[in-house]
Amino acid sequence: MKLSENWLREWVNPQATIHDIAERLVMGGLELEIEPAVDTLPQGVVVGRIVAAERHPQADRLQVCRVDVGQGEPLQIVCGAPNARVGLHAPCAIVGATLPGGMQIGHAKLRGVESFGMLCSAKELALSDKSEGLFELDATSKPGQPITDYLNLQDHILNLEITPNRGDCLSVLGLARDISALYGVNIKRPNLPPAIVVGHQQVKVEIDDLATCPAYAGRVISKLNPKARTPDWMQERLRRSGIRCIHPLVDITAYVMLELGQPLHAFDRAKLLGTVRVRRTRAGEQLKVLTGDVIELKRSELLIADDNGPLALAGVMGGFDSGVTESTTTVFLESACFAPAAVSGTARHHKLNSDAAYRFERGVDPALQRTALERATQLITEICGGEVHPITQVGRTQPEQVTVRLRHARLVQLLGHEIPAREVEALLGRLGITMRNEIGDAWVCRIPSHRYDLRLEADLIEEAARLYGYDRIPAKPYLAALAPSRVPESQRSLASLRGTLVARSWQEAVSLAFVDPRVQSALDPQTTPVPVDNPIADTQSVMRTTLWSGLIPAWTYNRQRQVERLRLFEVGVCFALRGDEVVETTRIAGLAAGGAAAEQWGKKDRPADFYDLKADVAALLGSVADQFRFEAATHPALHPGRSARILRGDSHAGWIGELHPQTVRALDLGTAPLLFELDWPVLREVGVPKTRALSEFPSSRRDIAVVVGEAVEAQTLLDCARRAGGNLLQKVFVFDIYRGEAVGKACKSVALGLIFNDYSRTLTVEEIDAATMSVTEALAREAGAQIRQ
Amino acid sequence: MTQEFDDLLDKARRDVAAAADARTLDALRVDLLGKKGRITELLKRLATLQGEERKAWGERVNTLKDAVASAIETRASALADQELRARLAAEAIDVTLSGRGDATGGLHPITRTIDRICQLFGELGFETVEGPEVEDDFHNFNALNIPEAHPARAMQDTFYVMNGARLLRTHTSPVQIRTMQARTPPIRIICPGRVYRCDSDRTHSPMFHQIEGLYVAEKVTFADLKYDLQTFLSRFFERDVEALFRPSYFPFVEPGADVHMRWAQADGSSRWLELLGCGMVHPKVFEAVGIDPERYTGYAFGMGVERMAMLRYGVDDLRLFFNNDLRFLEQFK
Repeated sequence: MKLSENWLREWVNPQATIHDIAERLVMGGLELEIEPAVDTLPQGVVVGRIVAAERHPQADRLQVCRVDVGQGEPLQIVCGAPNARVGLHAPCAIVGATLPGGMQIGHAKLRGVESFGMLCSAKELALSDKSEGLFELDATSKPGQPITDYLNLQDHILNLEITPNRGDCLSVLGLARDISALYGVNIKRPNLPPAIVVGHQQVKVEIDDLATCPAYAGRVISKLNPKARTPDWMQERLRRSGIRCIHPLVDITAYVMLELGQPLHAFDRAKLLGTVRVRRTRAGEQLKVLTGDVIELKRSELLIADDNGPLALAGVMGGFDSGVTESTTTVFLESACFAPAAVSGTARHHKLNSDAAYRFERGVDPALQRTALERATQLITEICGGEVHPITQVGRTQPEQVTVRLRHARLVQLLGHEIPAREVEALLGRLGITMRNEIGDAWVCRIPSHRYDLRLEADLIEEAARLYGYDRIPAKPYLAALAPSRVPESQRSLASLRGTLVARSWQEAVSLAFVDPRVQSALDPQTTPVPVDNPIADTQSVMRTTLWSGLIPAWTYNRQRQVERLRLFEVGVCFALRGDEVVETTRIAGLAAGGAAAEQWGKKDRPADFYDLKADVAALLGSVADQFRFEAATHPALHPGRSARILRGDSHAGWIGELHPQTVRALDLGTAPLLFELDWPVLREVGVPKTRALSEFPSSRRDIAVVVGEAVEAQTLLDCARRAGGNLLQKVFVFDIYRGEAVGKACKSVALGLIFNDYSRTLTVEEIDAATMSVTEALAREAGAQIRQ
Repeated sequence: MTQEFDDLLDKARRDVAAAADARTLDALRVDLLGKKGRITELLKRLATLQGEERKAWGERVNTLKDAVASAIETRASALADQELRARLAAEAIDVTLSGRGDATGGLHPITRTIDRICQLFGELGFETVEGPEVEDDFHNFNALNIPEAHPARAMQDTFYVMNGARLLRTHTSPVQIRTMQARTPPIRIICPGRVYRCDSDRTHSPMFHQIEGLYVAEKVTFADLKYDLQTFLSRFFERDVEALFRPSYFPFVEPGADVHMRWAQADGSSRWLELLGCGMVHPKVFEAVGIDPERYTGYAFGMGVERMAMLRYGVDDLRLFFNNDLRFLEQFK
């Protein structure tokens, strides 16, 4: 909301510059900026009155005017504006004047006729963006008066933004109240005697539900002058508030709204039929609104209707057909209070943002309707004449008196600082709150009707603190019992996993959780994603079910920027729809592409493969890696021969593999990256180490090589060896794989290292040989292995 | 005789000094001091001598022998040194070549910022707590004193899922609600996490990160809040931060405030920069979670992680946080 400083100062005028006032308001909780009403004031421009106008002898489009500028003889001025005419009052730049654009006015000769000045348009005075001929001033303006005085151009505009609780500040009156409270100076209210009622016309008004519209006041004013014009002073104030003048009646309603905070609506009385009713919409109703658009009304929106149907969307916008026009001579003015809950969301739903909706959604003083109606009546009769009829008032005439209990001790306790009771009384008193002492240190506070946001003790404590000044409440180092939190050693942190990957050259990524459904289904067709009801774009319309849907685009993005090799990981929540439930799982996933190592002199360059990634995943599993198994399994997005499910016991822990060539093609990636993804909850538990005694006896190693078919997995051999080796076999591992003619086609030779040890004695050669034998026999029996000699 | 000895010694010394390697030197040693060496031969003449003569001869030959042996030894040690030096020189490598293996990666600046903030509050006893990202109306709005028609709902354009039955949390405040429902005071938590709002332009991302803190106990005051946030800002930025508390409005706190800090501009001037929102927990929030607002008071605060990261690391474009450009990410090693 924008307001003129001069207008505001008519209501409250502390001895302070506008910048001081703004600073104090900001420190009082309002967002506010100050700008000058005009960037540059015109110099030497006065009100002029055209007393004679004749066609220029040499130019059809020019007129030679004689302009009264309040002193001496009228000036001869050549003017090209089509609206220049005898009797017109317009700004006149006299010789020596400087216009805001820097233009200097001198004595000139136009097509042979002398000109001693220039009649100005609004644009030439930098008051408007477009030029619509001469700036037409009121006929009551006094020739010779400097235009800066006449239009009150030495002014500032306060550009105010409020928080949703401070709807009461959305007017000159409201802002004046806060300034009055912050400075402790009084408000000067303009004199507003009730209008003298001469007629007796009334429009019947009914409210279906007082909860939606607690108060409605209406009045007919007839015999209006349809030729009336909004006076310059009002036009200027509205212009400074960013409101375009349309029609005197509409302009006056806007003016009263800005002045008092009460939105008003002017209906053309001639277009109303029967009873005006505040009701909810019925199915299938439509309304052509002021903008000319016909809107389909939702069920149960609050309407103003007459016997013919909808007239206006209550508190949001009037209807096109019932609005005032240039021929309106009788008006029905509406000054109503709509409950925020009843109108909230309507404007947004229909995309009809209006100043009225903005105010009603935040609340309007429920005691203001009659006052606003009287103020509008006063201005209308001044400007448009007319005959005043009685006010029709429906609903509550007086809003409920609200009282709130406030305890001084509670205030001190909440703030941690003692504002003396006297001072609290003084501060709240400035807001129009009257306080009565109750037993003890409590007050019963009567809340004025315009502060509908003050309903709780805490609200009053905030008001007192705000007016007292937050900066005056000292910061106090807190004294509290230490409450150390539980730190389970058996659980690792995500930070430690991140650290492991970072140490192994992985870079962390953060992607949006919204993904393209096409990418989603290519990567994880078996999980149902959670669609977003109101996505920002089609390519961001479902929630990710896998982190790969963020990592793959990130890889593509970097490849387009000449990055060949990368290791990118992400930690984040994935969302899956299971029945009616959204299941959230935090995962840690990575994408590896390019060389096994960064290109360098010391290592042969080769592409990273499954096992490079597996080493990183094993490092991530860390101290409990041996509790995890990698099982050949197929995943729709992974290469069926190069993918594994990762399990911890029987629990699924994640996936590792190379992207499926079909997925590579579907997503147009060119080459396949390596991917892994692990469920964080399965990784978390690491246990607390339990030590066992160290053996004092030497261990012995036997190496065996077995030839098996290609399909036999290393895990099978290791499991078999471990079972057959018994207690003496302390460790078994693969130390070589050989393929070649010596072992035959579709076969491989796997070399296993066996380490034997006992805690109580040195093993004999016979024992070790026997144990090795049982391992080789088991391998032959269970895995079809041949012992390689 | 003397002449003969002197000549022999001179010659031996010259030969030893000239020996270019260990083998030549060893051959010389054999030639002079070996079983059939020339000096050994001289000693053998003792057998033909008697008395004083024999004694004098023996002394002379032994002196000669010691002198030659010492010359050989000196030369041998010099040759060994020389050889070692040559070997070391041959074995020298270019130590400026890079080591084998990879450089380390790095954490995302968002993670880094969250970790830092959680650590700073962790030291004050704030436990890090997280919660779901898909929320319901109750935890995201109603319990936070943001009823259906409240204009504050319009301030936070919400993403809905499940045909409006659920929503993507618009702030991390639901974690506060869940924690207060589950625990009894004293409660000191810090809640980082992703949040979602329907807003996407140069300065808004539909997903971003927030971090919120909550302290509920008996006698928590606004003065505590001021101290704790002021201290936090100074610690986070590692300098004395001038902070300003301005009255503001959030439905879930009262009194509410915006915290601004004095920020130096490039031209030497400074301006107030809004950093976070805070206030005393609203009694209606306490009612919603079943905490007695008469017995307990509390403060809550919240800030945007991206904003803190931007200020701390000098990032000027929000979008850099989410497009995962390695040239950006690698600056946070």
